Amino acid sequence: MTTSTSSRERVAEGADRPAVEIVNVRKSFGDVEVIKGLSLRVARGEVLCIIGPSGSGKSSLLRCVNHLEKIDFGAILLDGSYVGYRRVGETLHEMRLSAIAAQRAQVGMVFQRFHLFPHMTALENIIEAPVGVRKESKAEATARARALLDRVGLADREGAYPGQLSGGQQQRVAIARALAMQPKVLLFDEPTSALDPELVGEVLTVMRSLAEEGQTMIVVTHEIGFAREVADRVVFMDDGQVVEEGLASEVLESPREQRTREFLGKVL
Amino acid sequence: MTLNVASGQGDAVAAPQESENLRTVPLRHYPQHVAALIVLVVLAWLVSELATNPNMQWSQVVHFLTSPIILQGVLTTIQLTVMCMILGTFLGLVFAVMRMSDNRFLRTVSWYYVWFFRGTPVLVQLIFWYNLSLLFPRIGIGIPFTDIGVGAPTNSVVSPLLASILGLGLNVGAYMAEIVRGGILAIDRGQSEAAAALGMTRKRIMRRIVLPQAMRVILPPTGNQFIDLLKASSMVAFIAGGDLLTRTQQVYAMNFQVVPLLVVASIWYLVLTSIATFGQYFIERHYGRGEATRQARTLGAQLRRNLKPWRISKGNR
Ligand SMILES: Nc1ncnc2c1ncn2[C@@H]1O[C@H](COP(=O)(O)OP(=O)(O)OP(=O)(O)O)[C@@H](O)[C@H]1O
Ligand SMILES: [Mg+2]
Repeated sequence: MTTSTSSRERVAEGADRPAVEIVNVRKSFGDVEVIKGLSLRVARGEVLCIIGPSGSGKSSLLRCVNHLEKIDFGAILLDGSYVGYRRVGETLHEMRLSAIAAQRAQVGMVFQRFHLFPHMTALENIIEAPVGVRKESKAEATARARALLDRVGLADREGAYPGQLSGGQQQRVAIARALAMQPKVLLFDEPTSALDPELVGEVLTVMRSLAEEGQTMIVVTHEIGFAREVADRVVFMDDGQVVEEGLASEVLESPREQRTREFLGKVL
Repeated sequence: MTLNVASGQGDAVAAPQESENLRTVPLRHYPQHVAALIVLVVLAWLVSELATNPNMQWSQVVHFLTSPIILQGVLTTIQLTVMCMILGTFLGLVFAVMRMSDNRFLRTVSWYYVWFFRGTPVLVQLIFWYNLSLLFPRIGIGIPFTDIGVGAPTNSVVSPLLASILGLGLNVGAYMAEIVRGGILAIDRGQSEAAAALGMTRKRIMRRIVLPQAMRVILPPTGNQFIDLLKASSMVAFIAGGDLLTRTQQVYAMNFQVVPLLVVASIWYLVLTSIATFGQYFIERHYGRGEATRQARTLGAQLRRNLKPWRISKGNR
């Protein structure tokens, strides 16, 4: 009896565990501290939007979550395990590169400038990591890639090279590429700000459908409308710190902080 | 009003009517045509002078062009060039990746390799390897600072061919390291970051993402390097390497037909470098995948275009 109770507890515990937990993180480039003791939690299935002025450290924070940047202090946990480090007592030891790579495979990232691999077709872009990193069979990966392309509305473009696709199409392929690794969390760094205005909608539509399906997402964006509609919670960042955080409606409609009000006044 | 004149609208003509059929004519380059004509005349004169010069001994040229000893030299030159290029490319890749590594020791080793082998003349290196026995009469494998190991007389191990391969290959390796490094640097860092974010390891990122893209940047100077090597391999004649120039010298040392034999050698070098140029074109086209606009032009079209001295600019050059 006791065992079944404890295992049920464990499951319950696992379900509560945040997908991403950022605890008192500091990060400097040289002498300049760009993240100044920042803490955040993202629950499983939650969509968190981060807004804030240019240079406030949004991209840096996102890049720390998959250890593209090393943090100097604090910790980031992904589904309960330390990102990039092994904990021994009070210190965190950086992991080996292969272990870091294995961790990154669980975090998807979508970049402002897409960064599709230009020498590969849309389909090849998507199956590259599943086949090469997760060692899926090519047939299996291809079948899933086709389903993903269909889902982002590009079923007919699987043979196209990135150079032959519009910005919006490239970004949708990039999202499919990230999804192909079945990530625990998807990070978006201003996914629409390099796009022509008329192409923004198609990318946001895809992101909206992901949110509806319960994909955990952290989205750095300047699209306040999108944040209001899709985000569960919104974080306003300035100068490497969280200034205000709360439900999307609260932060965006009736901000408590003066700095948030000023920022929203400028971008809206 | 006066301002309009100053801004170049002084000779404005009537606005075009929609009913008019306006044609555009590209700018003609008449000075180019004149220059081409002059060059052609000079060339024709040179060719006729050479063709009728009795000292050229054209019959000798034709005779030796396909003589067994010369063909033997051509074969050796090809073998030597290909082997050195393979060795050099391998070394270049290894040292370029070492140079880009996080490991300071590897970076330093790579730096000194390039510094030394690029900084000393190939000819000196060739002669050095050839005369290695002066420095080490015996070479072999053993445990450092002990007498344990196996060895052999250096001269029996380092043949002229091996000395040639080492001398040229190590030198080409140094240049290739820089060429490969340039190619790697040319690739946007976002590419490796995107790959890293997908969980790819550094080795895999290099092999699957960075190097295939860097190829487009690496190939043209590599083709250059190959052609350079084809010709530089003639330096092994100094150590009796048995290449095309070695054989050519051997023949004219006996029959004193110096000029015809040098013409024979030049013809063969031109043939080899031309073949290399064609090969380069096809390899480059292969690695141009994904660059939709650039690969559209075929080799034939490109040649025709380059050979037309009177070519005129069309909108899409
Ligand atoms: N690799 C780096 N080296 C040095 N400084 C950097 C580096 N990356 C970012 N920074 C600095 O860190 C600060 C935060 O940059 P970051 O890109 O995270 O801001 P951001 O909030 O994403 O801004 P934006 O909205 O313009 O994208 C900036 O002052 C930037 O100059
Ligand atoms: Mg940014």
